[in-house]
Amino acid sequence: MKKFNEKLSGRVFFILALSSISMLALITVFIISRGVPLIANVGLKNFFGMTWAPSRGLFGITPMIIGSVSVTLGAAIIGIPIGLCCSIFLAEFAPVRMREIFRPAIQLLAGIPSVVYGFWGLLFVVPFIRNYLGGAGLSILAGSIILGIMILPTIISISEASILAIPKQYLYKEGALALGLTQLQTIRFVLLPAAKSGIVSAVILGIGRAIGETMAVIMVLGNSVALPTSVLDPVRTLTTNIGIEMGYAKDEHQQALFATGIVLFIIIMILNSTAQYLTRRKR
Amino acid sequence: MMKGSSRVTENIIKTLIWAAALSVLTVLVVIIAYILIRGLPVISWQFLTEIPRNMGRSGGISSTIVGTLMVTLVAIVIATPFGIGTAFYLAEYTRRDSMVTRVIRFSAESLAGIPSIVYGLFGFIFFVKYLGMGWSVLSGGLTLAIMILPTIIRTSEEAILAVPNLYREVSYSLGGTKWQTIVKTVLPSAIRGIANGVILSVGRCVAETAAVVLTAGSALRMTTSLTSPTRTMAVHFYILASEAISFENAYGTAALLIILIFLINVVANTLINRFIAKGR
Repeated sequence: MKKFNEKLSGRVFFILALSSISMLALITVFIISRGVPLIANVGLKNFFGMTWAPSRGLFGITPMIIGSVSVTLGAAIIGIPIGLCCSIFLAEFAPVRMREIFRPAIQLLAGIPSVVYGFWGLLFVVPFIRNYLGGAGLSILAGSIILGIMILPTIISISEASILAIPKQYLYKEGALALGLTQLQTIRFVLLPAAKSGIVSAVILGIGRAIGETMAVIMVLGNSVALPTSVLDPVRTLTTNIGIEMGYAKDEHQQALFATGIVLFIIIMILNSTAQYLTRRKR
Repeated sequence: MMKGSSRVTENIIKTLIWAAALSVLTVLVVIIAYILIRGLPVISWQFLTEIPRNMGRSGGISSTIVGTLMVTLVAIVIATPFGIGTAFYLAEYTRRDSMVTRVIRFSAESLAGIPSIVYGLFGFIFFVKYLGMGWSVLSGGLTLAIMILPTIIRTSEEAILAVPNLYREVSYSLGGTKWQTIVKTVLPSAIRGIANGVILSVGRCVAETAAVVLTAGSALRMTTSLTSPTRTMAVHFYILASEAISFENAYGTAALLIILIFLINVVANTLINRFIAKGR
């Protein structure tokens, strides 16, 4: 009986552990099988075309790819420097009291619903841009600011962890300080290079978060499918395209949204795998 | 070596780092204050207990609170055993570098990175359409369960690995089997860490919008069963705000969401601090 229990428990744990593999497989299969027929129907060239007009049977997603790339780039420009500064601050500069406030604050920043960010952006950031910089306010810039804030927790927590994970036994820091390097030189020439792979994967995961975000940007981007000419123009991203039209899309149109999902899925899987490869190599 | 100018640069950079950190705190305070100042006055006993009327223009938000609770409950009940089971398998049954472990870990980390709108698409086509569950509490809960699975796996695994090996050795030396060791020794010591992950997942379920609106629907009626459609607070808030139905009620709902997330974080942090204090 005892032995039977032992064997059974090992099996049960194994079966439970298969859940994440099977779910990932299921998601991949269902998204792809629903979207691929449309891509096959209209052809790759039209699918990556310039015009999205479902009522006329045109499903070109290039404007949305440009939208996603521009908003994500903006978010990266805003979020990465601030995020890295914060992680250095947390790992090296922050007084203990400050750290005790900062960590839960970052956690709260990560927990705030994305719709709340969007709403705040709509009522706070968008009017600000409209009044001081011109345009409708609903713009790439507004989306970039909101996403720049939203990716901070990802960047800060992962890069801080990788700075703190630098092995103490090698006395990197102590050695550098003993050689007469200042605190900042130590950070710049010793700690950051040692934590490089962790920081790079933090940045990649942050970018992944920005590309995948939907509800926050849906409210501040303006969502027009036209090609933007400046950061004050409205755009539509891959995610908001799905978010806006999924509610009423039928048949071919719905398949086209799943096809949009495939593109998103592939981009995210590439980013994720790169980040995972980098952190694994470090170990 | 140290010139005067580089000392100046050094001070400038230090100031910038401090400024970055303080500006992040400021932004957080501004966002929360902005929502709470406008939202808190809206929250009243009636707001919490009355059903939304006139598409949410008037009345309260009780049905969306019930909807949120039900969807979250389904997600947690389904995801927790799978998540903890996976964590035990990874931590106790395989070597860290074996092929199986690597594939499982790759899947879990990939699931963690998939955008919620893709979960929404999947939930819609699989649960709502293919399995014929329709827009329902069940479809929404199951979709969220997959979404929170990686969080529960990771936090549980960390908690299990943090249990000192000495505990296991003592259990084995007393004649305990692996199963007994896990259930009677490792699980009780890791339970706070595991609970921390589960509670953080509750927060994610409460906050999620994109995945839920495509799978649980947006019906305003009070939900009575697992198979009927429902609307969660986050979805309700999104519809109120984006369709400009009632900014007042939107603020109230948002304030309630933020308070909930704050409380969830406080509980999770208390648990994890106790867990660390106990472990050392």
